Amino acid sequence: MKKQAYTFREGLRDGVPIGLGYLSVSFGIGIAAVAVGLSPLVALIISMTNETSAGQKAGLDLIADCLPLAEGIITMILSQLVINLRYSLMGISLSQRLDSSFTTPWRMLLSFSITDEIFAVASTKKEKVGVYYFAGLGCIPYIGWAAGTLLGALAGTLLPEMVRGCLGLMLYGMFIAIIIPPARRERGVLFAVCLAVALSCVFYFIPLFDFLSDGLALIIAAVASAAVAALLFPVAAPHEDVETPAPDGGEVNA
Amino acid sequence: MNGELNMSIGHLALYLAVMALVTYLIRMIPFTLFRKEIKSAFFRSFLAYVPYAVLGAMTFPSIFFATASLPSAIAGTVVALILAFFRRSLLTVAVGASGTALIVELLLGFFS
Repeated sequence: MKKQAYTFREGLRDGVPIGLGYLSVSFGIGIAAVAVGLSPLVALIISMTNETSAGQKAGLDLIADCLPLAEGIITMILSQLVINLRYSLMGISLSQRLDSSFTTPWRMLLSFSITDEIFAVASTKKEKVGVYYFAGLGCIPYIGWAAGTLLGALAGTLLPEMVRGCLGLMLYGMFIAIIIPPARRERGVLFAVCLAVALSCVFYFIPLFDFLSDGLALIIAAVASAAVAALLFPVAAPHEDVETPAPDGGEVNA
Repeated sequence: MNGELNMSIGHLALYLAVMALVTYLIRMIPFTLFRKEIKSAFFRSFLAYVPYAVLGAMTFPSIFFATASLPSAIAGTVVALILAFFRRSLLTVAVGASGTALIVELLLGFFS
């Protein structure tokens, strides 16, 4: 195999700040998992097989809904498709930045660790990235994601329900922290967020829409607002990455 | 939303398998098959906006029903919005929101 620009160790090192950030987000995910009645072990399994905050939160909400099985599974497929669609774009974009060590089996294996932050780091390296670096980059974030989930879930089972409810605000707080800064900067993001929130509230509070499950309401609100925002505020060409400014090492949205 | 989950182990396992599989495939298939950029400006923009729209719709109005009472949830939300507006880190915003809610809950419990 040809010499690669960056080593496994360099990948590991670049993954440390991401992993630390993931600890806190996944702590919130762990809390959310036990709040819907799942055990810490199941919470850990979900995090180790998904590694995505928004997708996991939507999945948990859907499990909590206990819809009829067929409807629940179809909604699960649709919601994960829509919520995680950005990873497809990131994967395509990242492909431009990989060296020839990325053969098909490696791509199939390492695609698992495409998250917003890993994408941002890997695609902004000076030289093209090889499999050693990319494999290293994914390690610490994965461990941080799993460990944080387990800690959050354990904390959630030990704490009284009132405290757990308050800790449940952590995840929502982080979502707000992810949304607001880019919404201040870009009108398109601001528009998409406001429309999505408005639609979500309409679906929730107006009885006419009671026939929509929460999962389906989320999909419709998100797709409609992103589509209208894309029509009104097209994003300039090579700008597919999600904004990830990191003022004090915390901006995380796995 | 706190409490027991009314779902069999089998159904839960199916949900988890579907969730993991869809999430994996949506990462794996384009990464493995496509090696070209997406040209459509609309589709690129759409994909750039989806995460923010999802997070917005997922947070509101659910955040208001996350704690034991509405006043604590509103207080936590307001603090989160203010901290996020001034670009505090994720952890600061998260701790600020839940800490505020906790204080309000304790005060409500104390005075009731």
